[in-house]
Amino acid sequence: MATTKRKTAGETGVASPSPQVLLRYYRDMLMIRRFEERAGQMYGMGLIGGFCHLYIGQEAVVVGVQAALEEGDTVVTSYRDHGQMLAAGMDPNGVLAELTGRRGGYSKGKGGSMHMFSREKNFFGGHGIVGAQVPIGTGLAFAHGYRANSRVSITFFGDGAANQGQVYESFNMASLWRLPVVYVIENNKYGMGTSVERASATIDLYTRGGAHGIPGKPVDGMDVLAVRAAADEAVAHARAGKGPYILEMKTYRYRGHSMSDPAKYRAKEELDRMRQERDPIDRVGKLLIEGGVVDEAGLKKIDKEVRDIVLAAAEFAQNSAEPDQSELHTDALIET
Amino acid sequence: MQRPIEVLMPAMSPTMKEGKLSRWLKNAGDKVKPGDVLAEIETDKATMELEAADEGTLAEILVAAGTEGVKVNTPIARLATGAAATAPTAAASRPEFPPAPPATAKALFSPSPGRPVLQAPPAAVPNVPGETAMLTVREALRDAMAEEMRRDPNVFLMGEEVAEYQGAYKVSQGLLEEFGKKRVVDTPITEMGFAGLGVGAAFAGLRPIVEFMTFNFAMQAIDQIINSAAKTRYMSGGQMDCPIVFRGPNGAASRVAAQHSQCFASWYAHCPGLKVVAPYSAADAKGLLKSAIRDPNPVIFLEHEMLYGQSFDVPTGPEHLVPIGKARIARAGAHVTIAAFSLMVGTALKAAEQLVAEGIDAEIIDLRSLRPLDTATIVASVKKTNRLVTIEEGWPFAGIGAELAALMMEQAFDDLDAPVTRLTGVDVPMPYAANLEKLALPQVEQIVAAAKAVCYRR
Ligand SMILES: Cc1ncc(C[n+]2csc(CCOP(=O)(O)OP(=O)(O)O)c2C)c(N)n1
Ligand SMILES: [Mg+2]
Repeated sequence: MATTKRKTAGETGVASPSPQVLLRYYRDMLMIRRFEERAGQMYGMGLIGGFCHLYIGQEAVVVGVQAALEEGDTVVTSYRDHGQMLAAGMDPNGVLAELTGRRGGYSKGKGGSMHMFSREKNFFGGHGIVGAQVPIGTGLAFAHGYRANSRVSITFFGDGAANQGQVYESFNMASLWRLPVVYVIENNKYGMGTSVERASATIDLYTRGGAHGIPGKPVDGMDVLAVRAAADEAVAHARAGKGPYILEMKTYRYRGHSMSDPAKYRAKEELDRMRQERDPIDRVGKLLIEGGVVDEAGLKKIDKEVRDIVLAAAEFAQNSAEPDQSELHTDALIET
Repeated sequence: MQRPIEVLMPAMSPTMKEGKLSRWLKNAGDKVKPGDVLAEIETDKATMELEAADEGTLAEILVAAGTEGVKVNTPIARLATGAAATAPTAAASRPEFPPAPPATAKALFSPSPGRPVLQAPPAAVPNVPGETAMLTVREALRDAMAEEMRRDPNVFLMGEEVAEYQGAYKVSQGLLEEFGKKRVVDTPITEMGFAGLGVGAAFAGLRPIVEFMTFNFAMQAIDQIINSAAKTRYMSGGQMDCPIVFRGPNGAASRVAAQHSQCFASWYAHCPGLKVVAPYSAADAKGLLKSAIRDPNPVIFLEHEMLYGQSFDVPTGPEHLVPIGKARIARAGAHVTIAAFSLMVGTALKAAEQLVAEGIDAEIIDLRSLRPLDTATIVASVKKTNRLVTIEEGWPFAGIGAELAALMMEQAFDDLDAPVTRLTGVDVPMPYAANLEKLALPQVEQIVAAAKAVCYRR
């Protein structure tokens, strides 16, 4: 797969996107969904170990944001990173092989689900410590500003992470120095088992930059078109040298926090309603059918193509060998 | 043509080996779509739903509802699918559950009816000296906190997911129901903030138990632990006591990779102004945690995720206290002393069994307390065996083993018949890959080999 997600020159069509653009969103979101379903399944089979945080339900966020980016823009996120990597154009084979801890993985099997990186795709990880990626993304923006290269840093973090102190230390520096960073808060309503209401004194997370003079906006994170439009605006703001911007994506994760989450903290009806009424993929599927772009059979065909790619990745991830034992000692430091 | 694929018993967590198939939500013959809930699976930690990953018809149920101890990867049903079937399919887990009552009021200190009791509080156990009960380490820790909270109204527990969720590792199960949300406090994900807040509350005379979901996250808060909790009494000329316990799982969990898998024992043991304990058995977990809560000083209490589910005999009754600073001879022996703490005590005990076959009688010391360290017990043992092997999951440089080796130089030099041997985690961040992870941690065979080597056996 690895279709490029970067904005094509002169592409607009946000308000009424072209059929091609809609189809691309559909396919990219579906790729994440099918990949994650397969990852969940492989976890159940014991092929993936440790923590495994699925992105199912949140697909529109990353696909919409990535569509607003240009070559050279950088991305950093948390441990909920599989969908981020696929959307950044990383190879599903390498991502899934990292999940199985094999040498064909992006980190040669040494990082696992939460820790993957790609210099080539400007994806700076995959971080396991809640909130820690926020200063890092701010530092990527510092480097972009330092080089005056018109690049933007996209820094994703969760609603739970939004309470970490280092987020506000970052906000202050980013605003003080007008760094080209867009903070994308993926508000999926819960940080592990704690709802935003139970963790946050104020729940409009897009206003959290207020004290630092950072503009913010709430966005329907289940609607890829709304995400794209908001991302265009925020990225343009940062790219123009106006400093940081905050987007709060109202989204939802369908699965547990990680694989072993009993999820007693939310009502089943809440989840069912989200899935039935707000699903980001169904929404675009419907637009495609209503617009006469494809019919049901056409969507099925896309699904089949996507499944085949994911199946091939699963095959690769299971057949790639474990890392060589000598890898235990490599990569800790650069030999000097 | 429909080709049936097998639905396998899924692993719901890194450590799950088996579970109970509590109920089927679909019957043979039912049509299923990806995402449909097929069954409910129960483990000691949680109940979860098993979702279908493929579209088809549930052709046959192979494991009946109510079956306990179903091993991971056992086929539990057959699904007939239209499409050419792919790999054997286990459905992925997805949680279920009764709606939690909406949490509204955030005020901690207003009287609140609290949530309905989900689970009965631990039954009161008669305080008969000498009587014991089998408890998991998880239960022992919970009981220790509950008993101390009953005893002293100034004791409270705070941390991420400790209350409504009952603890990320279910250690605080039932505490919210018994003590209410004023004393069992869910915090936001703000380790530096709530650790420092705990220190302030301790200065003011409360006795906080601060749970870190794991000690990896305490690194966010380590400034407050060292600079504020550990040093203030000294800096204040003895005025400012800080009776606080920082507790949570430490060390290598399973397959969670570099940022979530490391041992902090030597980091904290390095620092004056702290006490540091790391129990192995449930009896010690309970007795030491009770002592830690009653201690007037800051105590770092290092637990181990891999021990939470292990059961041990625990003395019953609310006055089972284990003094901080005393090691325990976990196995008496004559030929070599093996010093370990936390999970590695179990590994050392396994090695000792194998060493019997080699004619080597190992003495295993469970250090239990790392600061203060029970030097006298270790020296006495080495005077007897003339050999010391140390084991830890942490890194070698300036580790607990390094300290023990230095102590033997100072206090038992003339008694040593072989150089002290350290077995430690390998000096790299923890790798994720299964084969590399195993190589990164001390294994039974290495302990056996090290013990033989110091006994000059081949
Ligand atoms: C500093 C730190 N504290 C705690 C954790 C454990 N933890 C992992 S994810 C998580 C919840 C984070 O929620 P949120 O930021 O909303 O992200 P989401 O998982 O919803 O994507 C917690 C508490 C951690 N990894 N790092
Ligand atoms: Mg969240």
